[in-house]
Amino acid sequence: MLTTKVFIRKNKAGNFLKNIREHYLRDDINCGISNCDHCVPHLNSITPPTNENKSTLYNFNHYLILDTNVILHQMDILEEDVICNVIILNTVLEEVKHRNLPIYRRLNNVMENSSRNFYLFPNNFHIECYVAQDKLEIINDYNDRCIRKACVWYMQHVPKANFILVTDDVANRQLALKDNIHCCSVENYVAQLESAANLQDKLAHHEFQYASKKDDIFPPHLTTVEIHQGIKENKFYQGVYHASRDNFLEGYVTIEESDESLTQIIVQGRAGQNRAVQGDIVAVELFNISEWTVPSDMVLEDEGLVESGVDEVVRKETELKLSKGKKAEDKKPTGRVVGIIRRKWRQYCGILQQDGDATNLHQLFVPAERRVPKIRIQTRQGEYLRSQKIVVSIDLWPQHSRYPEGHFVRALGPIGDQATENEVVLLEHEVPHNQFSEQVLKCLPKIPWIITDADVAERVDLRHLAICSVDPPGCTDIDDALHCRTLSENTFEVGVHIADVSHFIRPGTALDLEAANRATTVYLVNKRIDMVPELLSSFLCSLRGGEERFAFSCIWEMDKDAKILNVRCHKSIIKSRKAMTYEEAQITIDDKTNNGAIAIALRNLNMLAKILKRKRLENGALVLASPEVKIHMDSETMEPLDVEVKQLFETNSMVEEFMLLANISVAEIILEAFPDCAMLRRHPSPPVTNFDPLLKVGQNLGFDIKVDTGKHLAESLDLAVKKNNPYMNTMLRILATRCMMQAVYFPSGILPRSNYFHYGLAVPLYTHFTSPIRRYADIMVHRLLAVTVGSDATYPDLLNKQKSQQLCNNLNYRNRMAQYAGRASVAFNTHLFFRNKVQDEEGYILCIRKNAIQILIPRYGLECALYLQTQKCGDVVLRAFDPVTVRLSLDSSNVQHERFVLKLVHPYIDGFSVQPLSVPSKRKNEIKNKKKINEKRKKQL
Amino acid sequence: MSRKELLSKIGLRQDGRRAEELRRIRCKLGVFTQPDGSAYLEQGLTKVLAAVYGPHQVRGGRSKAQHDAAILNCQFSMAVFSTGDRKKRPRGDRKSTEISIHLRQALLAAVKVELYPWSQIDVFVEVLHADGGVFSACVNAATLALIDAGIPLKEYICACTASLANNNVAMVDISNQEEIIGGPVLTVVALPMSAKIVHMEMFQRFHLDHLPKVLNLALQGCKDIKVILDEAVRNHVEDIGSTTGWSNTTTKQ
Repeated sequence: MLTTKVFIRKNKAGNFLKNIREHYLRDDINCGISNCDHCVPHLNSITPPTNENKSTLYNFNHYLILDTNVILHQMDILEEDVICNVIILNTVLEEVKHRNLPIYRRLNNVMENSSRNFYLFPNNFHIECYVAQDKLEIINDYNDRCIRKACVWYMQHVPKANFILVTDDVANRQLALKDNIHCCSVENYVAQLESAANLQDKLAHHEFQYASKKDDIFPPHLTTVEIHQGIKENKFYQGVYHASRDNFLEGYVTIEESDESLTQIIVQGRAGQNRAVQGDIVAVELFNISEWTVPSDMVLEDEGLVESGVDEVVRKETELKLSKGKKAEDKKPTGRVVGIIRRKWRQYCGILQQDGDATNLHQLFVPAERRVPKIRIQTRQGEYLRSQKIVVSIDLWPQHSRYPEGHFVRALGPIGDQATENEVVLLEHEVPHNQFSEQVLKCLPKIPWIITDADVAERVDLRHLAICSVDPPGCTDIDDALHCRTLSENTFEVGVHIADVSHFIRPGTALDLEAANRATTVYLVNKRIDMVPELLSSFLCSLRGGEERFAFSCIWEMDKDAKILNVRCHKSIIKSRKAMTYEEAQITIDDKTNNGAIAIALRNLNMLAKILKRKRLENGALVLASPEVKIHMDSETMEPLDVEVKQLFETNSMVEEFMLLANISVAEIILEAFPDCAMLRRHPSPPVTNFDPLLKVGQNLGFDIKVDTGKHLAESLDLAVKKNNPYMNTMLRILATRCMMQAVYFPSGILPRSNYFHYGLAVPLYTHFTSPIRRYADIMVHRLLAVTVGSDATYPDLLNKQKSQQLCNNLNYRNRMAQYAGRASVAFNTHLFFRNKVQDEEGYILCIRKNAIQILIPRYGLECALYLQTQKCGDVVLRAFDPVTVRLSLDSSNVQHERFVLKLVHPYIDGFSVQPLSVPSKRKNEIKNKKKINEKRKKQL
Repeated sequence: MSRKELLSKIGLRQDGRRAEELRRIRCKLGVFTQPDGSAYLEQGLTKVLAAVYGPHQVRGGRSKAQHDAAILNCQFSMAVFSTGDRKKRPRGDRKSTEISIHLRQALLAAVKVELYPWSQIDVFVEVLHADGGVFSACVNAATLALIDAGIPLKEYICACTASLANNNVAMVDISNQEEIIGGPVLTVVALPMSAKIVHMEMFQRFHLDHLPKVLNLALQGCKDIKVILDEAVRNHVEDIGSTTGWSNTTTKQ
């Protein structure tokens, strides 16, 4: 049967157009209930009634039919396994999709889980469930009517089963009762389930009684129409709200489409912030210049309790106002938030506020992210949750409430526990870290995995070559191996062999999509979150010693001066002779008595690498530094035993040189073959203003640092050496590193050729080819290269510029987040190491601020602030880069944000410094036998 | 993701069809008395009228006449009210001219023009409502009108569109809505009985890997349409026959 939908829509030109669309009604739609007498059982559309629904509200087994509002607001409940045997109507699904895309995605995830028994019923295409929309009927009423109609149909269609409509809409419930449909609200339903107490905490509360007639604390938000009107008339500005880290009453809005110089508007106080939360897109109104203020440098913390009113806020607001500097030139554009255009609420990790009554129904949640306000939640398990890190999401922020209202989502584990903190780090950085799904694991090759003759025929057999890999100790995902053999007196054949991951990960499979989403393997101090399942990362792809593996080889012929005579790439089979650590390789090179094939190869490689490095530096490549540390862990208790700076061997640099060379060679090859869609990596040169801090320090120290080109910068950094302070040069390099831009992936088609440049490495073209096990970009490059050398076919998305661009955006985002997550993990473990410890340490002054000195402690890679009361202290003068000795201890008073406290030991300043500890801390070397975890070269450039 | 899905997870399209289902086709032959042959065809909401005049003497310049075949003259036009936005001119614009030429090429593959030297056949098609697959509907309507006019054809000329949903699944008979949110549209004009492709054109592109399945589906669509047209023709002939009385000999009453 056929019907038409007619609606009128306004087009871009402002004309009203009548749209007519066909709408086919079907009689072949399955009801999805397996023991139905009428429908022919259909593949994957069966809801076997195996699971009993465990609600005491109804004493019979039943199917749930959900209303849209339930899905939109109570997604956290629906993600619980208790809710099963659910029929999702297409009407509802469409509305959810229309209203909230993230929720829609989550719903889809739930529906895909076959154990949950969710069935999607396309009621709007079913001939007997379809109802036409009446004229003048509001869409919401119409949808409700559709839902009820479907319920009635189900009841008639399968009389032996029971159906319950769950809706929070009172009117809908009343109408449903008239049709004899069982119905109830989510709250009632959940309250009657087993383990209700835990579930009830997860209920979002969207109805608020204004019975208490509390005074409104916040001014009302404008309506969407008013906001749009205001923005059109340039009365308001649209921008992203950022809260201040230190001052809960201050924030700023970055304006997206700023016309003149206006890029930031400060908002202060309750009225100014008006319930905006970090990341929200808001509309702001700019004040007159006379009302502009100076951003305060005060630290104001929200000390409010659950039931406390606004008195404290009012007090602090006045405090803030009074503290204002009156200097007119410091005044910045100021305004107030008038409305929220889009909420960017996510789920937040944090803890419950510890003071107050733990048994209270209402508790206050303190997010780990300082820029997010405290959230008021309802819970019946307050006492237990106080010891846990928990996840909470915000439901709404009514005008009369000082805090946003939210609900508990789940508990992560005990506070301060390492596993919990890892989880927090991963969640807060949005690292996908759940187990690989069934679908993904299905894509893996079967074990035992055998190399067939067909495989051999397709590849170049390099099993006879003396190939070896050099990696950090404990590394299981070995993705590169090297070989070198002497062809004639003056020429060498050098090969870089990279694990052939793209052989196992075929485009478009679930495994591929998952890897593309994860984008990178994330290394935490004691945990690795793999991009691909372990079978691949640590076994089949890993180029382990003595095993036959598939590889993608890049082989050069070079002369003695490391000049490349020719290069070729092909897929191959290799058998690594030995998987070595950097240290082992170094020992092999240095051992003059060892003249085995590998030792000779390594020596030649090392010789060539030195030449390559020299050439690279002559071209203006930068040698940058960042204080990276390694944390030794106790393998059993998982407690950090020692923190030390990573040790580097000559072999580190050797491997790195050849990886760089391989990346550069491959970049040239794929760009030539795919000028439009080659996946490359660029490192933009930083704007000169970025270098200001570096230049300032350089001036103070009397060095002339040139920053106009990378080459000049590299040269001037090399010259900036002081005999008495050898660490100073490193410090300068650390500062220089901070001036750099992030390197990013991009498809070659979207930028002009001149922008492909890699600033840090000083090469015109660069890509990532050498670590496909832990980076998705490399897999893409492998695929492109495979097509180029004729060993694989292209597929649509590989050649699609837009798709590649989207992919690159994700890769760049995930990479950045992975980096932050890694750092956060190191920071947490360093804190753990310093708990209950007080030590005197050598440090260097990195920079000097108004009320503090930034001190770098190289041994732990720490950068901390030493707070000062005054800038005068007798005759002692501290300058940037001066060595100091400080006492280091950990302030754990804030459970979520532990921080280091420094006290000056040397130079001694009377009344400020402290006496050195009697026992100077000595390095403990007895941990060598302990397992070292988290070892991985991180070539971030 | 934010885009509308052309094919939902349960395999239904925006309008409730499955990927391999055609829209409803309704057609009628002999709708006008003035022309020698005429037909009206609805394919979903796309509505087309076709009229055929001839074979008749070559009008206009005699010099155009061919000694070995009839001239096939096609004219495509769209009513100004046929689209959402009112059109400025019904015919003569670049797109209409192009479609006219394509239509002529397509029809020439089956019309036995060699039977009518020194003469001319005119085919006029007018789109009353455009809702996707306009060209293919025109071809189908023109075929019916030619049959109605009694002009010898080698076989049916059928046209059908196909596209690619979710970058993976081929789907047939594209509606206007799908044209807008979708992307590539492949139009195939075929002689379904001999499975020959007469004319093929494509807007936008997809990867070559997908071509076989999309093409096959379009060809299958042509075959399905042929069955529908054939039935309409037979019914029509029966109706005409019954009014003239010779149906008595075929159907027993």
